[in-house]
Amino acid sequence: MQIAVASGKGGTGKTIVSTSLAMCAPDLVQYLDCDVEEPNGHISLKPDLVTSERCTVIIPQILEGKCTYCGKCRDICRFNAITLFANTIMTFPEMCHSCLGCFRVCPEDAIVRSEREIGMLESGMAGNISFVHGRMRVGEAMAVPLLKAVKKKADKDVLVIIDAPPGTSCPFVEAISDADYVILVTEPTPFGLHDLKLAAEVLRNFSKPCGVIINRADLGDARVEQWCQQENIPVLLKIPFDRKIAEGYARGQCLVEVRPDLRPSLQALIEEICA
Amino acid sequence: MKEIVILSGKGGTGKTSLVGSLAYLAKNKILVDCDVDAADLHLLLDPKPRSSHEFRSGVKAKVISDQCSGCGICVDLCQFEAITMDLVGRTALMNPLSCEGCGVCAHFCPEQAIVLEENYCGDWFISDTDYGPLVHAQLFAGEENSGKLVSFIKRQARELAEQTGGDLILIDGAPGIGCPVIASLSGVDMVLAVTEPSQSGWHDLERVLDLALHFRLQSFVCINKWDLHPEMAASIEIACVERGIEVLGRIPFDPTVIQCQIQGTPVVCNEQSPAAVAIRKIWQALGVRQISLCKETRGLGSKKA
Repeated sequence: MQIAVASGKGGTGKTIVSTSLAMCAPDLVQYLDCDVEEPNGHISLKPDLVTSERCTVIIPQILEGKCTYCGKCRDICRFNAITLFANTIMTFPEMCHSCLGCFRVCPEDAIVRSEREIGMLESGMAGNISFVHGRMRVGEAMAVPLLKAVKKKADKDVLVIIDAPPGTSCPFVEAISDADYVILVTEPTPFGLHDLKLAAEVLRNFSKPCGVIINRADLGDARVEQWCQQENIPVLLKIPFDRKIAEGYARGQCLVEVRPDLRPSLQALIEEICA
Repeated sequence: MKEIVILSGKGGTGKTSLVGSLAYLAKNKILVDCDVDAADLHLLLDPKPRSSHEFRSGVKAKVISDQCSGCGICVDLCQFEAITMDLVGRTALMNPLSCEGCGVCAHFCPEQAIVLEENYCGDWFISDTDYGPLVHAQLFAGEENSGKLVSFIKRQARELAEQTGGDLILIDGAPGIGCPVIASLSGVDMVLAVTEPSQSGWHDLERVLDLALHFRLQSFVCINKWDLHPEMAASIEIACVERGIEVLGRIPFDPTVIQCQIQGTPVVCNEQSPAAVAIRKIWQALGVRQISLCKETRGLGSKKA
């Protein structure tokens, strides 16, 4: 069972919800932080990160001695990662999507595998939570390969909570693609509603069941709730604005540590979704 | 002409609300919303569309089932797990959302059963607002050309600024540090990073500051909702100073910001509100830094001449 926590808009409280769900799970649970550009789950879960692996993608390295400058590699590359001027051939590793097309078309075997580091994959335990996150290297543009590497760690035998990245483009879609249920966290503001609609539309295209949690539910208006009602999307929980939550979060505390009274409703929510 | 990009790393720290207010305060500028997959700036600025355009970028592979022999070569070639084999129909099936448009499958298909189609991945707009022209876009859900769309709309904004003699391009950036953010950084004169007083806010801010440094850009910081945790705000300020980065100001937590968002107006219009007062101060501070930046650039120009 995989539950993804996503939002469309950033900063609505995905991480406080996903970490709290992980902390409220009855048994062993896995928490995958798929927001590889800005992973934050470790701040409140404080896992003991015992394993760390470099995550890389394959890029071409051209052996100038063997290259006949035929230009076939440049022609197949649709990402402008290879240029050729007369007898000078250059690669631009940061543009490469690792499609391996250049390797396959080179008639001289003049291309060998090199690698580009995209980030680190780290994991460890935090109580009964098996924690995994990816930290994208600063300067790396592509989040999806690292996100896929995080998702490959998903354990099929336990409940998996996925903390998804904001937005609605490829990293978001990749993060939710294997989820059985998606929780959309939003805030009752025009920005929250606008981005919720975009995210919900993606989920509808994938026929993913979803529900909404409204965070800082008393700071805004009723339009998010009205829209959910109209679209038949269940509002799973409303979390009121509370300085104590903001202060606790600021210090790196989990929602259920600051507000243990919310634990029963989160536990019930897990049971309901898993049932 | 100067370009300023507003970033944060972490989402929801108040980038768009701040840009909306700076749009009100700045004179003779072009606005650009570079958060192309969840653009919100238009909700504050009530834009009147001047023109709307399709954005096409890259290609997507498409299988012509009639021509497919079901050999499965493409399935093995695809590095993005975008192709599966329909064993019943003996035909390859393409998942367009996973396809990155590399074209390797089409190149090697022995039956020429795969074609590459131009990808229509979003729309972009030039609109008029009470505060100046706005260039904005909407990338379709699940698309991956956000960086290219960002570069594209920034180019449009520059052309517009050149045509109209604009002095400033004010850019609302995306959260994170990935391709749309990197694209939004190219060619800018400075980064204004908005953070909030939390460990996550600082963690993510540091990564954005590192990214700006990587591209040798000057950054300034402001701390939004600072009074939700004054000690954390103070330690972020100290950490910024230690990195040689100036904190231009602090904005208090102010429910007026949300009320203004609901009304669809920049908070700075509400002159007495605490957030508006703070934002004006930040703008003044930024103005002073901008003048110094202009002088430096002019100095360099005169040397060249």
